[in-house]
Amino acid sequence: MSNELVSVTIDGVLVQVPKGTTIIEAAKHAGVLIPHYCYHPSLPSPAVCRMCLVEVEKAPKLAPACVTAVAEGQVVHVDSPVAKEARKAVLEFLLINHPLDCPICDQSGECELQDFVFQEGRSGSRYGDYPKRYAPVEDFGRDILYVPNRCILCTRCVRFMDSVVGDPVLEVYERGDRAYIGIDTEQLLDHPWSGNVVDLCPVGSLLSKDFLHKARAWDLDKTASICPGCTQGCNMTIDTRDSVVVRLRPRPNLDVNRHFMCDTGRADYRWMNRGDRVEAPLRLEGGRLHACEWDTALARLAALVLAAEGSIVVLAGGRASCESIGWTLKLAGDTRRAAAMKVPLGAEAAIGNIPNLALRAERAANVEGARVLGMTASWTDAVAALRGAALAIVLDVELDDGDVNALNQVAQVVHFATVPEPRLQTVQLVLPVATMAEEQGVYVNCDRRAQRFLPARSAPGMARSAWWVASQGWARGGDNRSAPSTASEAFGALAPFAGLDYRDLGLTGRAIDVAVAGAVA
Amino acid sequence: MGYPHPIHPRETPVLSQHFGQAAARTYTGWVERGGYQALRKAIGMAPDDIIAEVKASGLRGRGGAGFPTGLKWSFMPKDDGKPHYLCCNADESEPGTFKDREVMRWTPHALIEGCAIAQLAIRADVTYIYIRGEFTEPYHVMQRALAEAYAEGVLGANALGSGKRIDMVIHRGAGAYICGEETAMMNSIEGRRGNPRIKPPFPAVAGLFGQPTTINNVETLAAVPAIINRGAAWYAGLSLSSPKSTGTKLISVCGHVQRPGTYEITLGFPMKDLIYDLCGGMRPGRTLKAVIPGGSSVPIMTPDEVEACPTDYEGIVAHGSMLGSGGMIVMDDSTDLVYQIMRLARFYAHESCAQCTNCREGTAWTTRILERMLAGEGKQSDLDLLLDLSDQMTGKTICVLSDSCAAPVVSGIHKFRADFDACLSRVRPAVMAGV
Repeated sequence: MSNELVSVTIDGVLVQVPKGTTIIEAAKHAGVLIPHYCYHPSLPSPAVCRMCLVEVEKAPKLAPACVTAVAEGQVVHVDSPVAKEARKAVLEFLLINHPLDCPICDQSGECELQDFVFQEGRSGSRYGDYPKRYAPVEDFGRDILYVPNRCILCTRCVRFMDSVVGDPVLEVYERGDRAYIGIDTEQLLDHPWSGNVVDLCPVGSLLSKDFLHKARAWDLDKTASICPGCTQGCNMTIDTRDSVVVRLRPRPNLDVNRHFMCDTGRADYRWMNRGDRVEAPLRLEGGRLHACEWDTALARLAALVLAAEGSIVVLAGGRASCESIGWTLKLAGDTRRAAAMKVPLGAEAAIGNIPNLALRAERAANVEGARVLGMTASWTDAVAALRGAALAIVLDVELDDGDVNALNQVAQVVHFATVPEPRLQTVQLVLPVATMAEEQGVYVNCDRRAQRFLPARSAPGMARSAWWVASQGWARGGDNRSAPSTASEAFGALAPFAGLDYRDLGLTGRAIDVAVAGAVA
Repeated sequence: MGYPHPIHPRETPVLSQHFGQAAARTYTGWVERGGYQALRKAIGMAPDDIIAEVKASGLRGRGGAGFPTGLKWSFMPKDDGKPHYLCCNADESEPGTFKDREVMRWTPHALIEGCAIAQLAIRADVTYIYIRGEFTEPYHVMQRALAEAYAEGVLGANALGSGKRIDMVIHRGAGAYICGEETAMMNSIEGRRGNPRIKPPFPAVAGLFGQPTTINNVETLAAVPAIINRGAAWYAGLSLSSPKSTGTKLISVCGHVQRPGTYEITLGFPMKDLIYDLCGGMRPGRTLKAVIPGGSSVPIMTPDEVEACPTDYEGIVAHGSMLGSGGMIVMDDSTDLVYQIMRLARFYAHESCAQCTNCREGTAWTTRILERMLAGEGKQSDLDLLLDLSDQMTGKTICVLSDSCAAPVVSGIHKFRADFDACLSRVRPAVMAGV
């Protein structure tokens, strides 16, 4: 694609797009969605569904918008009678063998066949009472079911596995209207990124076993978020039904994850729905933990920190936001003994043919965020530094026995907790905090891109964001200290992000090295 | 010649003059018949001169589309440093067409010679001869001839002692009709599913293995040695009607004629004479009802249209159909056109590659409607539905398979309405209880 611009008129709207742009992409600039099935911006276009045929003035026949490049002065009609008639015909053709089992189909409500038929298809069928093609449901392995009856053979799944993943296990089998998507014998659809075929499928033909019959699409609330599973920072949507997280799906971000996310990230949401949460601040009194008001707890927090100044160790979990890490470090003070984030490690799994997109070995979302905020010690060093420390602040960490033993050697522990940790014996204060699914915040991914996530459900009981708890404790520890009142303020007050607020990040993030340089200038 | 019949005096045997002679299949036999003289001559010519000669001859693609061969060759880039390929389309799978089969069975060396000359003209590194899977005998004949050509030094690193390299590979199809479509054929040779590709890019820009490629039909290539031997002017002079249709054409005639076979005519030969004179006309007591002149993909002609139609590219178009591959299906008054059209539609439904929605679903639906009509369960409204479906199957897909399914349906309904009306008014056969 060159820098040269060409002008095209699409449904009466004049737009200028780079030379080489396809009509279907140019139409987006004109505010026109050209209905399509096989086309997907992250896949090669085969132009097989014939849904995106548009009328181009002076062209002898309708042109597939997904593979036809715009030309200077071209006039395109998407809404013309001929183009509409062609789409109506394609929809009718697609429906003759489609079971219309929408009432029991998981895709119903977010089905592109449903949408476009509703938009401009025929109200009745001329197919009559011929039998429809039938083939039984296939288990493609791991999380994926294939329902051939619903398949419209757009081949997005085939092309994804072939050209994006580079593991071509799927192919169209048979010919004519007997065709179906088949999987190589003795093969499973078990690549670490194969789950994307479910999102790519425009109809309910490829289904996630995990999501099977869990919810109707129209019952779902959708929240923009960031996958906390690794340092890649895939943009995702959290789907909740009645405040219960039922599904994680990728959210397009061409700079980070294009349209995809890995199966590990996709499956890791059950912790968001845990019921055994700490719902009120607990303070140690008379050898037992007692629930108390936030004011009491925060005053106690400030007192504990003041008393232990210079001898504090901060241990954070990998899902802690920049705001929470930054304010907890501020609370602990510059003279702290050590601060570290616990980063579980796993095998790296690249998607295949997209550069710089992989399930990363560091299985924590905010490793870079912690680093730029000054949390630089290794976990081992920080745990070692617990020996002789006066106070340990634990920020929602999954602790192993070694961690617990070391913490139990420390005189006092303050636990910013989502769930109770009965193994900790010297806890003075348990402060209920929100999970990342329940708060706003920012993660910095491995490419130092700061990306926002939004709350998908409300925090239980009295739980608040960790940054709020820490900043309130900090404000109570000295005169003329004022805590931020919003998450955006809490973010902008941190040195690496000075001068930025959430609006600067948008919902697709921003590289912070650039932002920091800009702030300095 | 009207193989298996003797040469009819009104034929112009150029390609077919040695049909039926087993000796012509061998290298020695072929050389005795003047074989490989053209190749020797072509080796001494500049590639552009070969192309100019073929251009001047007026030779057009004999596979169906009728594109000028020399012009097609001239699209091949020059000195681009990339490997070039020639594909010989020997996937003759168009129903009613069996002319390439005869060329390969009887004169395999003519095809090899034609391929070699074309390869020199377009500066190709390798020729792939893609032979239809069902062509067992032609495959073996071709394979023997190719081995002989290599053994005799016609092909290989030092072709005919010229120091030039000419290589050929035979690739066998697996029985899919769609692999006769040139881009599907390239996919098939590459080892992919035989699905047609979107054009552009055209094969001359990015074809086989992504490199500049020319695809020619067997009959086209087999005609090239004669053009080189006897000159473009001679070939261009072989024309009985339109100056745009030159040379001879093999017409494979099947169906209700007395002498079905492969006939070689000068383009422009009256279609009526071809049927009644060369092929001996209808069976006794029968009259002509319909003709499919160029393989199953072209519109059906009525006897009135046949009456004054010259058999050439322009003439048949003017009379309501197309020359196509030259596979002529003749039907007499015993034929039920609805049944014949259903058989064609069923063929296309079976062979649709399943890529494009309109074709995949449209061909099958069309077949079902026609089958139901024939079972006595048709409705008047089915005719409008068929025409509407055909309209949406024409010009809407990557290749022309769905257009080919629509053509006989549309022409059938328009030209042979009486057959459809008779079918619709037929009383539904009584179903016996318990059967």
